Amino acid sequence: MSAVSEPMSPRQRATWAVILGVCIILIVIRCFIGEGMGKVYVEPTNLQFGELSADTWKSMDQSEFATFVASNPDAATEQWTQYDSVPPSAYFEQQQQGGGGSIFLSWPRTIGLWLAAFFTLAIYSFLYRDNPFYKFAESVVVGVSAAYAMVVGFWDTIVPNLIQRLLPQFAHDHLTPGMTLPTDAAQFNNLIFLLPLALGIMLLCRLVPKGAWMSLWPLAFIVGTMAGLRIVGYTEGDLLSQVRDTISPVYVPGADTSTPFMAVWTTIWSSVAACLLVIGVLCCLVYFFFSVEHKGAVGGVARVGIWYLMITFGAAFGFTVMGRIALLAARFEFLFDDWLWLIDPNQKRALVETVSMLMCL
Amino acid sequence: MMNFLNTLDRRWIFLAMALCVGVPILVIGLTGYTFPETPTPLAEAFFNEVDTAGEAKGRRANILVALDFDPASAGELNPMAVSLVHQCAQKGHRMYFISLWPVGPQMIMESVDKVIKRHYPEMVYGEDYVNLGFKAGNEQVIKVMGIDLTTEFRTDVEGTTLSKIPMMQGITNLEDFDLIAEISAGYPGSKEWVLYAATQYNIPFVSGMTGVQAPQLYPYFPNQLQGLLGAIKGAAEYEFLVNNWVREDAMAKVLEAGGFPESKAMETAAALASKPQQVSTWTVTAEASTLGPEAKTKLIELATAPIPGEYLEGQRRMGPQLFAHLLMVFLIILGNVIFFAQRRRGGGA
Repeated sequence: MSAVSEPMSPRQRATWAVILGVCIILIVIRCFIGEGMGKVYVEPTNLQFGELSADTWKSMDQSEFATFVASNPDAATEQWTQYDSVPPSAYFEQQQQGGGGSIFLSWPRTIGLWLAAFFTLAIYSFLYRDNPFYKFAESVVVGVSAAYAMVVGFWDTIVPNLIQRLLPQFAHDHLTPGMTLPTDAAQFNNLIFLLPLALGIMLLCRLVPKGAWMSLWPLAFIVGTMAGLRIVGYTEGDLLSQVRDTISPVYVPGADTSTPFMAVWTTIWSSVAACLLVIGVLCCLVYFFFSVEHKGAVGGVARVGIWYLMITFGAAFGFTVMGRIALLAARFEFLFDDWLWLIDPNQKRALVETVSMLMCL
Repeated sequence: MMNFLNTLDRRWIFLAMALCVGVPILVIGLTGYTFPETPTPLAEAFFNEVDTAGEAKGRRANILVALDFDPASAGELNPMAVSLVHQCAQKGHRMYFISLWPVGPQMIMESVDKVIKRHYPEMVYGEDYVNLGFKAGNEQVIKVMGIDLTTEFRTDVEGTTLSKIPMMQGITNLEDFDLIAEISAGYPGSKEWVLYAATQYNIPFVSGMTGVQAPQLYPYFPNQLQGLLGAIKGAAEYEFLVNNWVREDAMAKVLEAGGFPESKAMETAAALASKPQQVSTWTVTAEASTLGPEAKTKLIELATAPIPGEYLEGQRRMGPQLFAHLLMVFLIILGNVIFFAQRRRGGGA
């Protein structure tokens, strides 16, 4: 079958243009049927907190908060509004009852939903051929992922594991007010954590041409630690445990003893499975034993090992195909459900929407 | 014909695959019909481990729920995560969420929103579940958690010190958990949990994983990995087990309240939950004569009540799987036919 990069005939190009055109027309029609599509509704909730004592906060409802503020005018308080997504059916219900409720259309989240749909289609457009939409989407994914990992790494690792230990008072006042200050004086300004800080800075010296050699020390520390950790983990978890699990009886009594026939039948199959396991391990080990030429009996056993490996690769390929199809199905479900409102498996919209979708189809 | 097939543009195959996946999604989305699942021993083992966790100690189980995946694998793994949280919440286990993947906390929040906030609003943060967030360091995090959990996790995801969270009392390291349940998309994931937690500390461990990983993890079952869910098929089987058990549990309570002895109630509920369409017929039999009209109505309601859509995500995706796999099999056969036909004619491969 021909490669994607091969030029298409004018007839093929026309066919693809028609398919794309029909899809665009259907989407435009869908926009004007029923309640439209691709909208996200939110409901605001006011949250109030009062500080009962040092570092002890309590969530309060509106009236409780008003009483608390009146009786404790100097107490610290916090309040903000939280916007939670609600199913479109809740908004439709509110409108049917004359409107005026608190649920409203969230433009930022709606734009986010349309961007998600755009990027999904932009990535899939690569199946047709490489194009600027795909390049743009790919670059955005890389940039956003890198920035996200950096921010999360700072807040989840550097702040709690370094700053909170080196400068607990600073962390409490400016970064994580929810943390409790250590009561033990030894835990304050724990200078031992200057060591990982220094190693971290030395690692960044890789970026300076003249100081690149300094990054070798922390790198050596990382390699040494990981090697030690993995040797223990793999020896115990892989080598010893797997050898122990392979040395097992080849006669295995069946689990199903509901009838004499089932007892015999399951015993036979369990025993066959145990035999196949032992044979497979031995044959694969022989295949990877290259000190003896694979001829005669050794060659025959090695060939059985190859069969075992091929079956394993086939199973892995089958699993991979299943996984990829599941991912494709999930993206299609997102496009059909959240964006186009064609289906409603999670009962998020009213029946009227399903009817309008049927009209569209 | 052979020439046409030999020069067929692969974009037509992509289109065929899109139709094989897209059309079943539309049909299943409209009709609500899903294919029946027959759970395999691996999925049953996963379910049973979660079900019986903490029973030996006679208290609520502490389950460490590690969601080590990101949106790229969510289509395959989210159904497992949702069903796991569903089973734990229904069972009343305490859940300690963590992630070794940077985007993991978002996956945790999604599962918490879908299950706990929507269907179990009575569960309290800090008493019934806690989100410890993401920690960088891969297997080193697991290793440190085995010695002292607070060394690595000083605060929860909101920045609250662990000592101020009620359910963290008595939790010092991995050995304080009754079960580690993990959903994995790669490295760090199931393999690292097996090597550095399950094997070294002998803690019961169950894992759901992507299809790509599953063949590598099978050898650890059942001694180092007590339950395994492989790909979307495993997710659908586990989902079916959990949904069936939740319905069975509710029916057993109705039967017990209606005067059935406990063992008889459980046995009858299991039979009814497996065939919900026969419940209305059963209520007019002699066996159900001791039940009052309210109990009978409640049983019929339970049998006919639709399962929330978020608990059927995995089963919904098995329809597209069927047609896509049929297409794959057809294409593999077709490709081989073309290959052998060409070779017979003396053409190149």
